[in-house]
Amino acid sequence: MKSNVRRVAVLGGIRIPFARQNGAYARASNQDMLTTTLDALVDKFGLQGEALGEVAAGAVLKHSRDFNLTRESVLGSKLAPETPAYDVQQACGTGLEATILVANKIALGQIESGVAGGVDTTSDAPIAINEDLREVLLALNRAKSNAARLRAAARLRPQQIVPEIPRNAEPRTGLSMGEHAAIMAQEWGITREEQDELAVRSHRNLAAAYDGGFLDDLVVPFLGLERDQNLRPDSSLEKLAKLRPVFGGEAGTMTAGNSTPLSDGASTVLLASEEWAQAHDLPVLAYFTAAQTAAVDYVHKREGLLMAPAYAMPKMLARAELELQDFDLYEIHEAFASQVLCTLRAWEDPVFCQERLGLDAPLGEIDRDKLNVHGGSLGAGHPFGATGGRIVAGLAKSLHELDPARSGRGVISICAAGGLGVTAIMEAPSNG
Amino acid sequence: MADRYSQLINTPVGKVLSKQLGLPSPVTLDRYSPGQPVISGPVLLGAAPGGKLAKSVAGVLAAVGAQTYTALADEVRNAAAAAGLDAKVFSAEVAPSDQTFKALVFDATGIASSEELREAYAFFHPTIRRVRTSGRIIVLGASPENLRNPRQAVAQRALEGLVRSIGKEVKRGASANLVYVAGKAENRVDSTLRFLLSPKSAYVSGQVIRISASPRGGEAIDWERPLVGKVALVTGASRGIGRAIAEVLSRDGGHVVALDVPGQERDLSEVAGLIGGTTLALDITAANAPVRIAEHLQENHGGVDIVVHNAGVTRDKTLGRMSEQLWDVVIGINLTAQEAVNAELIERGTIRDNGRIISVSSISGIAGNAGQTNYATSKAGVIGLVQAYASPLAKTGQTINAVAPGFIETQMTASMPIPIREAGRRMNSMSQGGLPVDVAETIAWFANPASAGVNGNVVRVCGQSLLGA
Repeated sequence: MKSNVRRVAVLGGIRIPFARQNGAYARASNQDMLTTTLDALVDKFGLQGEALGEVAAGAVLKHSRDFNLTRESVLGSKLAPETPAYDVQQACGTGLEATILVANKIALGQIESGVAGGVDTTSDAPIAINEDLREVLLALNRAKSNAARLRAAARLRPQQIVPEIPRNAEPRTGLSMGEHAAIMAQEWGITREEQDELAVRSHRNLAAAYDGGFLDDLVVPFLGLERDQNLRPDSSLEKLAKLRPVFGGEAGTMTAGNSTPLSDGASTVLLASEEWAQAHDLPVLAYFTAAQTAAVDYVHKREGLLMAPAYAMPKMLARAELELQDFDLYEIHEAFASQVLCTLRAWEDPVFCQERLGLDAPLGEIDRDKLNVHGGSLGAGHPFGATGGRIVAGLAKSLHELDPARSGRGVISICAAGGLGVTAIMEAPSNG
Repeated sequence: MADRYSQLINTPVGKVLSKQLGLPSPVTLDRYSPGQPVISGPVLLGAAPGGKLAKSVAGVLAAVGAQTYTALADEVRNAAAAAGLDAKVFSAEVAPSDQTFKALVFDATGIASSEELREAYAFFHPTIRRVRTSGRIIVLGASPENLRNPRQAVAQRALEGLVRSIGKEVKRGASANLVYVAGKAENRVDSTLRFLLSPKSAYVSGQVIRISASPRGGEAIDWERPLVGKVALVTGASRGIGRAIAEVLSRDGGHVVALDVPGQERDLSEVAGLIGGTTLALDITAANAPVRIAEHLQENHGGVDIVVHNAGVTRDKTLGRMSEQLWDVVIGINLTAQEAVNAELIERGTIRDNGRIISVSSISGIAGNAGQTNYATSKAGVIGLVQAYASPLAKTGQTINAVAPGFIETQMTASMPIPIREAGRRMNSMSQGGLPVDVAETIAWFANPASAGVNGNVVRVCGQSLLGA
């Protein structure tokens, strides 16, 4: 058996603008958005009727009928129906984890090309029937005699009409992700001002990316939306300072301005072997060269819920034989401004790096001017499953446009519910 | 056990009353019981830039498993990392007001001028109101007498005023102490820090402790039973403070030779029986007492490691009414006998390497007390004894220290007239009397083999009494 590992090329990606919850996409389903975005990718790269190696994508909030969401989207798309597909679900890590899965198959020669993607809607969210009611209905269904049916039906109660609405809370702590992030912010001494500054930069960088045309071939309009609905180009420290804290109590530092809003959207990325790219006459924007997923025990060991990327990074760097400073671009998902700042602070902290990460010295500071240069989730919004694809596509294009004299490396860090973290490295073709 | 006033004040009705009337409100002080962690609650560690103790202190905090916080400042974070201390971050700016600490520990050795005392202000200002009940404030400084730079010496000396005032401000059973550490003694702070952090130092506040360099100490030690294999002589061991000393030294693993006058033999046997020690009944003022003690220790134990001079008496009278005999008895038992026993044990080499002489002085010996000219003279003499012997003993790797108890709840204080007793109980930062065990724990800290750098100290166990401050 051959076991040559091949280089994995990122050929590009596309997404629809992200909408705020109950905004422009209030009536769009996950399948609508994912199919549309797949078709946009097909159009961009001329893949009509093409049978790809696979499509891996997923959503965090899913209806039970969407058990085969990605395959159904492929069937509804312009791709050949012979393209296999499967769903991936790893909270906010979904999009990047899907990319890793497709990339690994390409690297191992199991497939030649593939699409990774993700989608989420918080507007068209699944609402389940009341748990008590569900039990009664199942009992009714099991009942074999009229008497048994009557007995089961007698358990129906008016209050069972109240449905189960999905909550943005960690099942094991009962705290929302924002509350967890507020604990982290406090544990790392992150101030309101720092968070607001990061938020302002995110909006301004994203606005500049739109204005400068960087996003022209990365975002395709959908349902009348041309830019991300959450984007506030005129965002300022003064305006953000007026917002009331939403997490961490009255004295908290986290507001709706420095936390990502619930949002809707989808993204897709095309990956391939170099041979496939050449055969299709598609330029390689970047290579997907390393990845690492990590998890932390936020329940018993009390590590911060969103600190897992801080653990994933040094493992990946060690394997890639790189330092944290060896990158031209850093894409750190801005679930909350505080999450980004906690992560950076942890990497600079001798205690954290030595005691928690087991390193000899801190990973150190990064050049903040290289961070989320075309905006981040605070500006764009964060449809959970779609964020990974947004970042991979954006970073691939940024690396492609980099001055060849630079190192040509970019790194991605994404935190996710359940104490998960996903990181990856991408490199420009000029980089060896 | 708490006195009646304390019991009353700590009832729901009493709490309301004491608040309305502005009465002293003593809390029930945390006290140590075996198996307890050194400190039960988070510790905030701070350091003025340029200090040299943060790493040692962090090492102790790591060793005792203290949940520690520091500011996000490079120096202190590096010190913590180097010491293997997984310290969390504390930022006064964003910390919720209900985040509190069991102890605030501040390395002030970096403070080199009066302007830089601002560092101490900056550390304590946002944190002093976050100290829990029975909390601890520990400031570590550089011994001013060893500093060549006058400005640095001035600033370091100034810390005494800060710490003593903090002790008076913190209330609710919290204590504040200052530890001056000499150069090259940085790695001799562990036994002292453990003592001050723990409930063992419940009634020790407003004290200045000096740690000097020592060739001894630093050996591996079982902190639960540091005195295993050690022999301790305790005079006046049949009751009160002496009995508590015998119990605590025995708890710490030492073999106690309990000494008292023949008239106390029944109580003495009871104490020795309870703690698995042995007895030696004799009158320490007898001419042959020093020789008998030395021979007893030599023959039965091959020597002695810890000598605790606790035996003492009071014979109160104002000086004009005091008979010659009252004077002589007190000086003889409280001071001359100690001198004679020490001289004999030292002369014969009965006290082993890394040995300890520990005397019980009194705040009367520091502050003086009307009606106690004889007693205060003897107890001030005990301080003189410590000071005279500290340096020569250090050369042989031994130490001599004294405790100076304040108002301790014993039979002796129980027989005082009520106004004097109540004044003694309440006129201190803890608003209550101490217990014999508080004196005993302090002695056990001196006795610890790791306390080799603690020499020539007189530490008051007085709840920061207003007397003789």
